[in-house]
Amino acid sequence: MKSFDDQLISDLKAKANYLRRQSLTMIYRRQAGHPGGCLSAADIVAAMYFKVLRIDPKRPDWEDRDRFILSKGHASALLYSALARRGYFAESDLEHWGELACQLQGHPDRLKTPGVDMTSGILGHGIAIGLGLSLAARLQKREYHTYVLMGDGECQGGIVWEGANACAKFNPGNLTAIVDYNDVQLDGAVHDIMPMEPFADKWRSFRWEVISIDGHDMGQILSALEKAVSITSRPVVIIARTVKGKGVSFMENKAQWHGIPPDKEQYTAAMAELSGEGG
Amino acid sequence: MANLAMREAYGRALADYGAVNPKVVALDVDTASSTLSNFFEKRFPDRFFNFGIAEPCMIDAAVGMALAGMVPFANAFAALVALRALEQVRTCVCYARTNVKIASSYAGVSDFKDGPTHHAISDIAIMRSLPEITVIVPADGNEAAAFVPLIAEFDGPVYFRLNRSAALPVSSPGEALSIGKGIVRRQGNDLTIVACGSMTGRSMQAADALASKGVQARVIEMHTVKPLDTELILKAAADTGAIVTAEEHTVIGGLGSAVAEALAAVRPVPLSMVGIHDTFARTGPDPESIMDACGMGVSDIVDSALSLSTLKKA
Repeated sequence: MKSFDDQLISDLKAKANYLRRQSLTMIYRRQAGHPGGCLSAADIVAAMYFKVLRIDPKRPDWEDRDRFILSKGHASALLYSALARRGYFAESDLEHWGELACQLQGHPDRLKTPGVDMTSGILGHGIAIGLGLSLAARLQKREYHTYVLMGDGECQGGIVWEGANACAKFNPGNLTAIVDYNDVQLDGAVHDIMPMEPFADKWRSFRWEVISIDGHDMGQILSALEKAVSITSRPVVIIARTVKGKGVSFMENKAQWHGIPPDKEQYTAAMAELSGEGG
Repeated sequence: MANLAMREAYGRALADYGAVNPKVVALDVDTASSTLSNFFEKRFPDRFFNFGIAEPCMIDAAVGMALAGMVPFANAFAALVALRALEQVRTCVCYARTNVKIASSYAGVSDFKDGPTHHAISDIAIMRSLPEITVIVPADGNEAAAFVPLIAEFDGPVYFRLNRSAALPVSSPGEALSIGKGIVRRQGNDLTIVACGSMTGRSMQAADALASKGVQARVIEMHTVKPLDTELILKAAADTGAIVTAEEHTVIGGLGSAVAEALAAVRPVPLSMVGIHDTFARTGPDPESIMDACGMGVSDIVDSALSLSTLKKA
């Protein structure tokens, strides 16, 4: 596996920590949101928005930008934190998340929020929409790449596999799916609620290339994304094993933190655990 | 010009328009030889995508293509796309306001051979309840073709409801059509029949029959069910004092309901709805017999009109 510059890794880890702190702060302030899935996907989203994506916050509609679909749209606080940090809108806007006049909806809304490539929140749509974007890029001879970040519970829905099947048929060669495999969903553990194993084999049987990584190891995330883009013979899914609630000990692997905000005491304790470098 | 089946007129028009507008792509779900999107496929194989029997996936993929600036026409049977893919349509087409054109074929009782599983008698009601989408129901083959460029060049989601077979012709080639503007197909001041789709031609026949009984019916073709041409409806109510609506659809939530909603607050007049009355239709030898048997015959329009006419005089 290719090794990346230590400084880059350390910068991205700091960004991930920042995203965790900002997401939790947003959820605490609003007393609504989904902390567990923001914390599990923070390293992946940091890699995307601070290294991988070819984007220009000054031109959110730039036709040749890479596309990123947060198919697990309930992790909106994480996406908003990244977009604000990249300068799509003021970080102070995050303080107004969920207010009637605020451009930040509960779930991402492409029409209201600069930088949101696609509205999401109902699970399962990302893959097939990503396929459409990829096929259009091929027709238009554009170079952009489309990334779709999904949850593991999301993959229990049939539309994901309709999309996966279609991706294999059309194989646009410019689409990467990433699964934030944290094994926890609203009602409990994924392996209890509706087991998805053998998960990688499912994707392989749909004629996808599978790259399995530790979704909290920044070097592995970057390597996997680089490799995924280089493979054009078949669609690629990165299965990133993660920990739901990662970074906050009392939230880790606990289903009750799927969609419940912390109270003041819990928030203070969580922020103390995330007090490391982040900016 | 021959009175083409709506699907054939549409299919040929889409292929012709594909040559004009390179942004147009066509998607289908293993029904290309039924919806006749295969005319487009033959001419533009690189811009045609068959998703197999997976309507939700097709709609989402169309959404992605629209996000990238293409103009996708997503072809499917109305019963499937309006029901199985409804969540995709609601969330990813309407709420996200993506420029997807849903060409919804085999609508109403078109699929006479297969029966109620493949009838679409609630689709107008469903689509009409969704914000942001425009609902268009052409009256005949000529209109099915003529709307293709208008829909492609219209900015926003469209539900384009097509029949399998030919409908009684009511329009002429080259006639001006405008999305959102109803057409007075026949003048009359005793009452007004407001119709869409295949029921437009039947309403013209009913108006002839009514004339022979001394009742002069105005006939309005309301091809755009949403947004409704309220002005034209209110004028008809003011001029004629009674309205019959006619649609190949349930009377719950469709054109009749739209007209009733438009009238209720401003100018309520006696109103009678011709359509399917809260039941499933049935299999039959052709769509026309099913329509005759299920409350959508010319005689049903005539009877409704005569009842209203009597009520008006009372």
